Amino acid sequence: MARKKSLKNKFGVFDGINYFLLSMLCLLTLYPIIYVLFASISDPVLFQSHKGLLMKPIGFTIEAYRLVFESPAVLTGYKNTLFYVIVGTSINLFLTSLGAYALAQKDLYIAKVLTIMIIFTMQFKGGLIPTYYVVNQLLGHSRLTLLLPQAIITMNLIIMRTSFRSIPESLFESARIDGANDMTLLSKIVLPLSKPVMAVMALYYGVNHWNQWFQASIYLRDRKLYPLQLFLREIVLQNQLDESSMGIDVGTEAHIGVIIKYATIMVAVIPILCVYPYIQKFFVKGVMIGAIKG
Amino acid sequence: MEQVVSIKRKKKRRNIFYMLKEDYKKHKLIYFMLIPVLLYYIIFQYGPMLGIVIGFKDYRPGLGIFGSKWVGFEYFQHFLSSRYFWRLVKNTLTINFYLLLFGFPAPIILALLLNEVKHKAFKKTVQTITYMPHFISLVVVSGIIVDLVATDGVINDILAFFGFQRQNLLTISGLFRPIFVTSDIWQHIGWGTIIYLAALSGISPSLYEAAKIDGANRFKQIIHVTLPGIAPTITILLIMRIGKMMLVGWEKIILLYNPVIYETADVISSFVYRKGLLEFDFSYSTAVGLFNSVINFGLLIAANKIGKKISGSGLW
Repeated sequence: MARKKSLKNKFGVFDGINYFLLSMLCLLTLYPIIYVLFASISDPVLFQSHKGLLMKPIGFTIEAYRLVFESPAVLTGYKNTLFYVIVGTSINLFLTSLGAYALAQKDLYIAKVLTIMIIFTMQFKGGLIPTYYVVNQLLGHSRLTLLLPQAIITMNLIIMRTSFRSIPESLFESARIDGANDMTLLSKIVLPLSKPVMAVMALYYGVNHWNQWFQASIYLRDRKLYPLQLFLREIVLQNQLDESSMGIDVGTEAHIGVIIKYATIMVAVIPILCVYPYIQKFFVKGVMIGAIKG
Repeated sequence: MEQVVSIKRKKKRRNIFYMLKEDYKKHKLIYFMLIPVLLYYIIFQYGPMLGIVIGFKDYRPGLGIFGSKWVGFEYFQHFLSSRYFWRLVKNTLTINFYLLLFGFPAPIILALLLNEVKHKAFKKTVQTITYMPHFISLVVVSGIIVDLVATDGVINDILAFFGFQRQNLLTISGLFRPIFVTSDIWQHIGWGTIIYLAALSGISPSLYEAAKIDGANRFKQIIHVTLPGIAPTITILLIMRIGKMMLVGWEKIILLYNPVIYETADVISSFVYRKGLLEFDFSYSTAVGLFNSVINFGLLIAANKIGKKISGSGLW
């Protein structure tokens, strides 16, 4: 009896309901993605006549994936997105760490003014059209429109500055005595000591570039420069399963068209989903550093 | 008198230049490191702020901003008296109100539930799964939404089973807001818990012990110990949220909406996008955008004041 009671204390009705609710939430969260996954490998003819929830793939074919990987749109998109992610994130990290290092200097007279000037831009923005005007005038329709206008995200700059500030002053002093200048201090002391925050920033910026579509849709004219998300929008949302985006004659393979968009979604999501569990703790850390500042 | 003032002013100005000069001598390299950073802020952040004059001019692409003639508040008046004005304000506020009513408490509730889970692996799994949609792009999320609510989509399959008529749910104006808000919660509920869970971990266990001795059950402990413990965090996030009442991310809206449901789906920012970038009405669109930001700023200040009065904690 006593044992039973202690067990009950450990796992009561409250816990039962709680675990049930949380499990349901997980199911609801996962299901849309699982649905797309199942649909993408289902037999298109069977899938089309199917009604209701998918509990497993109906039939099996990877034909849609083959077509997706052969389509010039997806390949171009992938290549461009990789370019934007790698080059863009490098620019982001370079400029943000320069700014964060300068603003972290406690005895820099202009740091205070600059901090106010920079924080001001978090609340006041030019707005969509003036920004479009400036970017368009300066960079035209080039790849740079996706790299420079968002070279620094102010929130990230402040997170980085907060982290740089936590490095003990004495390290700098001794390095300065040894003749190190600011550039050496940043590259030889600050950055190596700030690996975790740099990882967080790289991931924040990287995901931003990976998921980016809006700026691309307003600034880019040339389809050769489109990131994956823009092609994805054509295929998934505008249902433009035509020659221009897929490079295949869908007309003759009409049946496969039904599941091509699911395969395309999976192709765009899988890289993020594969990386994400490993980087989750870094992201969480980033939110925390940001919150401490707030 | 005037002379004294001007001398004083001169002295002060000389001081600033003097300080800057000394500062520059001491930190020469930092000044050089700052050049690209400053260029970024001046060009891409402050540049567009100057571009706001487009809203006060009759912008003609051929003449450029400087060549176009001033029209003052004409475009603001035009917007305020247009038939779109009330519709846009109403939609923006209503969608935000729903986000505030359902979307804001959702992560708090989830964090409270997660906090009660003692089984570490289970907690970790739930967190991993619920954070996940946060990283999926809006294009994909919108694609999935469109597909689920389509005439032959899963949700219609289920509705048809219960005898409802099949129809594309995104063409029914009454359903846009629920779809928008539900999908928003789906995407961000887990991510939103992070900050609350951190606040929760800061609550002293002795408070729970004391509550238990006083005979409080799990619910009472949540209400009397846990919630007050995270109240300051909730207040600050609430203030920040209210400060954004007039902003709705246009990205998801322009991916999801269509002319049939503009009546409930069109918000100020999607209108700015459409007028400006699809119809190239630069001046009008800029004026509407500026109107929106001014109201937003006012809301933030008001919310901060109220928050300070109620709980003593504010943003500044």
